[in-house]
Amino acid sequence: MPEYQNIFTQVQVQGPPEWGMDNENNMAEERMLKPFFSRLVGWIGNAQIGPVYLGWTGFISLVTGVLWLNIIGLNMLAQVGWSIPEFLRQGFWLALEPPGPEHGLSIPPLDEGGWYIIASFFLLVSVCTWWLRSYLLAQQHKMGKHVAWAFASAIWLFLVLGLFRPILMGSWSEAVPYGIFPHLDWTTAFSIRYGNLYYNPFHCLSIVFLYGSVLLFAMHGATILAVTRFGGDRELEQIYDRGTASERAALFWRWTMGFNATMEGIHRWAWWFAVLTPITGGIGILLTGTVVDNWFIWAQEHHFAPMYDGSYGYESYGSYEAFIGQED
Amino acid sequence: MFPEWFSKWNRDNPTDIYRPAIIIGAIGAAVFGATMLVAWGQPFATDSMQTGPRGTGMSVPEFKSDLATPDPSIELLIEDPPFIPEPGEALAGDIYENVQVLGGLTDANFNRLMAAMSRWVAPEQGCAYCHGDGALETYGEDNLYTKVVARRMIQMTQAINENWAGHVNANKEVGVTCMTCHRGQNVPSDIWFKLGDVNEAADGWAANQNRVTPQSQYTSLPSDALEKYLLDGEVIGVHDLASRVEGVPGQDGYPGIQQAERTYSLMNYVSNSLGVNCLFCHNSRAFYDGAEVTPQWATESLGIQMVLEMNNDYLVPLRDEYPPERLGPVHADAPKAACKTCHKGYQQPLQGANVIADWPELATTSGTPDYGN
Repeated sequence: MPEYQNIFTQVQVQGPPEWGMDNENNMAEERMLKPFFSRLVGWIGNAQIGPVYLGWTGFISLVTGVLWLNIIGLNMLAQVGWSIPEFLRQGFWLALEPPGPEHGLSIPPLDEGGWYIIASFFLLVSVCTWWLRSYLLAQQHKMGKHVAWAFASAIWLFLVLGLFRPILMGSWSEAVPYGIFPHLDWTTAFSIRYGNLYYNPFHCLSIVFLYGSVLLFAMHGATILAVTRFGGDRELEQIYDRGTASERAALFWRWTMGFNATMEGIHRWAWWFAVLTPITGGIGILLTGTVVDNWFIWAQEHHFAPMYDGSYGYESYGSYEAFIGQED
Repeated sequence: MFPEWFSKWNRDNPTDIYRPAIIIGAIGAAVFGATMLVAWGQPFATDSMQTGPRGTGMSVPEFKSDLATPDPSIELLIEDPPFIPEPGEALAGDIYENVQVLGGLTDANFNRLMAAMSRWVAPEQGCAYCHGDGALETYGEDNLYTKVVARRMIQMTQAINENWAGHVNANKEVGVTCMTCHRGQNVPSDIWFKLGDVNEAADGWAANQNRVTPQSQYTSLPSDALEKYLLDGEVIGVHDLASRVEGVPGQDGYPGIQQAERTYSLMNYVSNSLGVNCLFCHNSRAFYDGAEVTPQWATESLGIQMVLEMNNDYLVPLRDEYPPERLGPVHADAPKAACKTCHKGYQQPLQGANVIADWPELATTSGTPDYGN
């Protein structure tokens, strides 16, 4: 079997660990965790683990994140009477629920959603300081801030779900519960409550960008792997010094579908598709219950929910007796 | 292990056996699979009952193997036609003492119904289950709770058949008897009790959900749906009927997502009770839309009202009659009924078998059954 036909990374570089540069700001002082190598990790990425830059943002983010997670976990554990076996058995069902609708935007008792508010505050701090960390680290590396802004688009959706929309609705009860199955139930119930989210145009856009991201990711990954033998994996060089790898990849797509991205442009395609997924999704969520309360009726009013000809009820299409094979 | 000439020949003639082996194996497996499918047929074949217009995807699928197996309980039904009363025949109320409900029956029909009830409810204990071990003269006594409950259940059965024909005879004459729920058991299967708050150390909406319970159909949805909708009579609708309706969740009846989850829990229960999916009643693109529901939706809505009456007028008031072991495990409440108590997983209980035909005594609350004479 040819060497390059492999789902795992084939080249692992192991040697003295790479500590990274130290400059006049003593940046290395804030790097922790003694670096080591892992062959297993090397199959899917760089074999070197660590060091990690912590900094004050990382420290606050980790501490508040751990607090958030532990408040949820301890609440779940309390719900099953501090029984570890029950906690494991019911783990996917358990949740820390937001306050009920009767509490509005007030802070309810701890066991009726108060813990949820506290946990959510810690999560807010944790996520925002992690964003700041991604921004500041990029700044220190004199990089563009693309990662931070992409992360910010996800934070936008997160803030819409847990902060902006509940405030606009006048009730924390609209927020999403912290639990495996419960947050999925919330998603379904949210759609049903507001008359079917599939008729929300921004939900449609978000799905387009989500599935589009998947498609672009697959096309790009496949293209680069396919021209790796011609040096196509050196994408940055190919951007300013187009070689046979880029030429072949470009010809392949242009002859296949009439259009091709460029070595640079494909990454802009991917970035915008990914970023627009939560941006459009967040707009759709924010409009739900605040501007539109029943998306199906809204769609009917805007003439894009077609009616279907035909009868409702099985009697028009056959009998129950025939279906169960008991027709005389 | 092998002779030297064999190993030598193998060394001198290297052959890639894996590629042909994989190709032949894959093709062979595909041919074998296809042959088996043609010869034996699809082992998990399904049939679908269309329930709405083409293009909506509305249908209820079933495995053909399930459809080929009738509800085993149907076999337990035996023909037991009534005796047409002669003019002037003596009535049970005159012959026996303390006959409060069935006094207008002739002796023959009264005993026919009594025998049937013991078949339906207490085939092992027989008459003694309600009447005790005493002699026939003691049968008028009300010493056992079973007899008091049975009397009320006869009244409930009569009321269902007379007042709720829109549900129990929605498609054709089917009706209900004791058998519809009891199926030869003292206590019917699929009754329910209040669960209350299922989570410790929590209150309000945080307490009634997110646990594996039969009442939530093993989902993390609220476990109090039956209690709220089939006992307390809460309104099920959670949708706004205009594209924009101002409101704050929890104020002036503006429903929140929590209410939607609770109705979802109830709907799960209903569809599992009937062995159907959402599309049996609804067009799932607009669950609330009265223009896109099936006639079964109306039948089901009537059923909810019927169950509310059964629970509130008949079953709950019997609470103090029961011994402790018959009461609920959490709140010591009376056993209650809902969809599955009768339907047991079938669209129509006993797959639509007409159980009332032989029992005009149970079809009316008037006390004077219509024998068609």
